[in-house]
Amino acid sequence: MPNTLFDKIWNAHIVAKAQGNMDVFYIDRHFIHEVTSPQAFAGLEKRGIPVFRPAQTIATADHNVPTINQHLPIREELSRFQVDRLTENCKKFGIELYGLGHEYQGIVHVIGPELGITQPGMTIVCGDSHTSTHGAFGCIAFGIGTSQVEQVMATQCLLQEKPKQMRINVDGVLPKGVLAKDIILYIISKLTAAGGTGYFVEYAGEAIRALSMEARMTICNMSIEMGARGGLIAPDETTIEYIKGRKFAPSGAAWDKACAQWSALYTDPEVVFDKEYHFRAEDIGPMLTYGTNPGMGIQVNESIPDEDGNSFSKALEYMGLAPGEQLLGKTINHVFIGSCTNSRIEDLRIVAAYVKGKKKAPNVNVMIVPGSKQVEAQAKAEQLDLIFREAGFDLREPGCSACLGMNEDKIPRGEYCVSTSNRNFEGRQGQGARTILASPLMAAATAIAGKIIDVREEYPFN
Amino acid sequence: MEKFQVLRSSAVPLPAEDIDTDQIIPARFLKATTREGFGKNLFCDWRYQADGSPKPDFVLNNPVYSGAILVAGKNFGCGSSREHAAWALFDHGFRVVVSSFFADIFRGNALNNGLLPVQVSAEFLNLIFEAIEADPNTAFEVNLEQQTFGIPSKGLSASFEIDAYKKMCMLNGYDDIDYLLSLQKDIEAFEKQSQLV
Repeated sequence: MPNTLFDKIWNAHIVAKAQGNMDVFYIDRHFIHEVTSPQAFAGLEKRGIPVFRPAQTIATADHNVPTINQHLPIREELSRFQVDRLTENCKKFGIELYGLGHEYQGIVHVIGPELGITQPGMTIVCGDSHTSTHGAFGCIAFGIGTSQVEQVMATQCLLQEKPKQMRINVDGVLPKGVLAKDIILYIISKLTAAGGTGYFVEYAGEAIRALSMEARMTICNMSIEMGARGGLIAPDETTIEYIKGRKFAPSGAAWDKACAQWSALYTDPEVVFDKEYHFRAEDIGPMLTYGTNPGMGIQVNESIPDEDGNSFSKALEYMGLAPGEQLLGKTINHVFIGSCTNSRIEDLRIVAAYVKGKKKAPNVNVMIVPGSKQVEAQAKAEQLDLIFREAGFDLREPGCSACLGMNEDKIPRGEYCVSTSNRNFEGRQGQGARTILASPLMAAATAIAGKIIDVREEYPFN
Repeated sequence: MEKFQVLRSSAVPLPAEDIDTDQIIPARFLKATTREGFGKNLFCDWRYQADGSPKPDFVLNNPVYSGAILVAGKNFGCGSSREHAAWALFDHGFRVVVSSFFADIFRGNALNNGLLPVQVSAEFLNLIFEAIEADPNTAFEVNLEQQTFGIPSKGLSASFEIDAYKKMCMLNGYDDIDYLLSLQKDIEAFEKQSQLV
C-alpha cells in the first residue's frame, strides 16, 4: 500500500494500539520551556515518578524572559519565579537546560534545529503550538497541552488518534520581494484559520523545494494558524546540508546510516490525500493581515474585503479598520521583528540587507529580537548589529518577546504593529494592541518608511 | 480527573467564532506554576475594563445567563496550546463546551481535564442559541454514555462523537497517564526493537 511521508513516520512510532482509535505513540524528542512545564513536573512529584527518558528531553527558557539585561536577575517577580522553577526542576529530574546566559539559549523552535537535535523521521512534541516548525525537517512535530507534557515526561509516549492528511502544493517560482512568510499567509488566507483543523499537512511543490531550511521552518511554523496540528516537508539535499556538522547531528558512520534512512522519507507517488490543494507561487505577493486571526490576510495592494457576520465586524472594529480600506500607505508606529516564525539568521540578514545605510522613520519604534544566542552571535559576527543600530533599531536579547507579550515587550493599546510573528489575535502583543502580520522584508520596509509600502517597488534593494 | 456522566444545566451563549485561547486566558496570566485559580481571569479582556471593573455587555457579567455549559461559535479554542484555557473554563465552573467545531489541541486538553467538548452541527448550534435567546433558563441535558445533547423539554436532541477510549476515561475519571504508565514494558520493548536506547 502506498504511504505518505506522514504515514511512514507515524507507523514507525506506534508502540501499541490502545482502545478506541488511539495509538500509543512514541516521542523521540521532547522540548520543554518554563511556561507549560511546571504543572507537569508537579504532577510527576505528586506521583513520585521520574522523567522516563531525561536524555530525550531538552529545556530552555524563552516565553517569559526579558530581552534586555539577561545577565541580571529577572526583575519581574512572577517571571523570575517561573524561570527559577524550570531551573530547579531540570536539576532535580536530570534534564539538560539551555537557560538564560547559556550559549545555546533561545526560542525552543529555533534552538532545536540549529543544534541539530531536530532530524528527519523524528517525532517531536513541546507544550507549544508552534512545535509544528520542526516539521520542516520531515518530522511529525506538534504542540501539546501540559497534561500531555506530563505524559511524555512519564512515559515518552502519548495517546494519539491519527489525523487526516492534506497536501498543499505550491508550484512555480516566487516573485522578487516575496518570502516564505508570504506563502504561508497566502495559504492561510485561502484556507481560513480553521481550514486545516483535523489534518496534518504536507507541503510540496517546486516553490517549497526551492526554499532554504529556515524558510521551510517559517512555513511549517504557521501550520497551526490554519488549525492543522502540524505541517511537514520531505527531507532532501537542502535538509541534509543544513543538518550536517551541527552539534547533535550524527557523524561518521552514523551520519551515512542516517542519510540512507532519511532518503526513504517521502510520499509515495500513488498516494491520494484526504484533501489536496494547488497554488501558484506567481500569484503570491507581499501579504498583510487586517483582522484578528491569521486567516484574515490580503496582498499589500488589495483592499480589505467586506464579509457578513458579527465576528468579522468585531475584528475590524478592534483593528480600527473598515471594509474597502487599503493598508498600503497606512502610518505604522511599531515594528516587531522576531518570534519562532521569523527570528533566524536568514531573517536578520534579509532585514539588514534592506536597511543597510538607511535610518528608520522617526515615528517608528523598531524592536528586533534574535531567536537564539547563536543567532545573536552570528549576527554580531556578520556585523549586522551595527547596521541595525545605525538604522535606529532596538536589537534585543533572545526570547519570544512581543510575539505573545508575556514579558515587558508589549505594544501600546490602540497602536498598530507590523510584526513578523504568527498571531494577530486580540491583545496578543499587549492589551488593545493591533497586530499586522507580515514578512521580515515588509517589516523592514515599514520601519524605514514609517508606513506600509509595497516592498516590490523598492527592488532591487541596495 | 472528575467523573462526567450526565449534566443538566442552563447554558451561557458566546456566539463569537474563532475564539482563540489567548482570549480564553491571556498570556500575562500564564506565569502561575499551579493549575488552580485561572477562572477569575477567564475571558479577562472581554470581561473587564482596563480598570478591572466588569464590562456590563459581556455575557459572563450578565446575571441573566448562568450554568455549567458554554455554547460558542465555530473553531473554538484555536491558537496557542495552553492548557490553561481548559483549566480556566473548568475553574470558572464550566463542565461542557458546545460548538460546531473545536480546534484539535483544545479538544484534547479539555478531555484531559474533565471538560467535555460537544460538537454539534452548525444548524443545531443555531437552534441552541435561539433557544437560549428565547429563554435564558432553558435546561439542557448532556448524557455522555448515550452521547446525546439537547433540550429535553422540547424533545430536541443531537448525538455527538467522542473517541471510545476518551469516553471511558471521562465516565470513570481516569487520565491517560495511568494507562500509559501501565505500558512501561511495551514501551521499553519498543525502544529496544527500534534501537532507540
